[in-house]
Amino acid sequence: MNAPLPRQWDSLRQNRGRRLERAASLGLAGKNGKEIPVDRIIDLLEAVIQPGDRVCLEGNNQKQADFLSESLADCSPERINHLSMVQSVLALPSHVDLFERGLANRLDFSFSGPQGARLAKLVQEQRIEIGAIHTYLELFGRYFMDLTPNVALIAAQAADAEGNLYLGPNTEDTPAIVEATAFKGGIVIAQVNERLEKLPRVDVPADWVDFTVLAPKPNYIEPLFTRDPAQITEVQVLMAMMAIKGIYAEYGVTRLNHGIGFDTAAIELLLPTYAAELGLKGKICTHWALNPHPTLIPAIESGFVESVHCFGSEVGMDGYISARSDIFFTGADGSMRSNRAFSQTAGLYACDMFIGSTLQMDLAGNSSTATLGRITGFGGAPNMGSDPHGRRHASPAWLKAGREAAGPNAIRGRKLVVQMVETFREHMAPVFVEELDAWQLQKMMGAELPPIMIYGDDVSHIVTEEGIANLLLCRSPEEREQAIRGVAGFTPVGMARDKAMVENLRDRGIIRRAEDLGIDPRMATRDLLAARSVKDLVRWSGGLYAPPSRFRNW
Amino acid sequence: MLCGVVGSGNLEILLNAGDLPNQCVVEIKTAARGFADTWQAVIGAFAAAHPAGGTRIAINDMGATPAVVSLRLAQALAEYQGGVQ
Repeated sequence: MNAPLPRQWDSLRQNRGRRLERAASLGLAGKNGKEIPVDRIIDLLEAVIQPGDRVCLEGNNQKQADFLSESLADCSPERINHLSMVQSVLALPSHVDLFERGLANRLDFSFSGPQGARLAKLVQEQRIEIGAIHTYLELFGRYFMDLTPNVALIAAQAADAEGNLYLGPNTEDTPAIVEATAFKGGIVIAQVNERLEKLPRVDVPADWVDFTVLAPKPNYIEPLFTRDPAQITEVQVLMAMMAIKGIYAEYGVTRLNHGIGFDTAAIELLLPTYAAELGLKGKICTHWALNPHPTLIPAIESGFVESVHCFGSEVGMDGYISARSDIFFTGADGSMRSNRAFSQTAGLYACDMFIGSTLQMDLAGNSSTATLGRITGFGGAPNMGSDPHGRRHASPAWLKAGREAAGPNAIRGRKLVVQMVETFREHMAPVFVEELDAWQLQKMMGAELPPIMIYGDDVSHIVTEEGIANLLLCRSPEEREQAIRGVAGFTPVGMARDKAMVENLRDRGIIRRAEDLGIDPRMATRDLLAARSVKDLVRWSGGLYAPPSRFRNW
Repeated sequence: MLCGVVGSGNLEILLNAGDLPNQCVVEIKTAARGFADTWQAVIGAFAAAHPAGGTRIAINDMGATPAVVSLRLAQALAEYQGGVQ
């Protein structure tokens, strides 16, 4: 019998050693622990990154390792090329420059909002290979399976002399990224905003960090979750009233997540007023998996909210958060620690409801924000908006929904997944369509599947200005189709409804109009909002909320 | 002269007494082209659901969605009827 060929079992460790040696031979690191002078960053990146590497560049929803991103994009494509990028969000121009300049050619990601059009163009020009669009938790999961980064470029608030890192309120994705990279022989490089003798707290131990560089300016943070109450419309107030009375109150929703948008901001601002009048304080909206929306301040101050765990922080909210440590997750140092991976987990298993908006919906209830000309992905929505079959613990809302779906002998509950949307978007584009753009986008991308954000199977309710459709109670695809047409308003899809069937669905409570919920649409005015401007929010916070300059309009 | 007036960034509605008690006359000025059927449906649904007989309605539209139009029509009628009482 032949002996098996000898195999090296520590090649990752050896490879890591060679990368660090290359850096050391250029005089990088060793002197001040892990500190790299800012003008040597290109030398460092070109020394420790190899062609074909899998690189995680920290582009989160909010926090961006922008100095490292721009520096990487400035590296020589002769020395660094064929990179596979894995990152949550493509937010910055430099994220896409990497591909245009020939440094990277493959991408696995979750969301690309601002860069969606550029991404679509690169796909059409065949200059990028998209591995897959993921939801955040799914991508993090793959960091520990088949998408483990060789190099992670992250952003931290501060480093101490040893190289311990303080991430601050915008902890976000960093713990997940660093854990996967540091424990599979990878290299971790952090840009920091300041060097401190003593950190407020240690978020990443120095053992897990290889290099730190003091960035020329503080890392960019996108104020993604701030919504100016002045822009909330009366139609959004009407839909918010229907959602609160017809769903939140009906099911007793205490644990939830709001997808970001003006529709959900309206709900947040109706809690201290409309919901309080309905006697709902303490009965709904007590526990949240949510970014620190400024529009939640009035509900917190009014005593609706017991706890909020955040995916990341929000510009201007850090002071308010620190002063409300009963509500938010804060360290002994007083500042918040957010964590996208755990918030997404809480959203999946520990929330009884997700509610958010969308751009398109078809007659099976499939919902997508994917539109032609842009490749944006969906961020956390596919996770938040999914019904977790792994869940085992019961709650009144989950049981009620499960029994509506499968009868009194249902063996499991159902998460409430609500899509709230006006029937027409801007330029009179109908939201309700016979076929989603996602199918055309699939062809254009050469993808295996159409990019659908939330599957119709998981959607439990649809809220439009015309009413609420309860899909859980539908007993056939035809009923589901008519339930959707029955709230699709004056869109072509809505106008093609079978009027008799829709009336029958209304009789059975599957469709409920505002009147059926005891809501007079004329009561839906902006006066019901607890705060009508950003200035109002500041006042509610006792001056603790410090809005970023673009929202300071007084 | 009794009337209901509601306005917002993209829509103005002026509701007055009309000539015939069993008719509601609606005049629509709109910049958007090709939505005649939609307007017909929206106005028809409004008239079917509300006691709008005996009124004359002038609508100045700058791109409002049917949701906004329906809401404003109901509000304008309520204001007008409030005035009548």
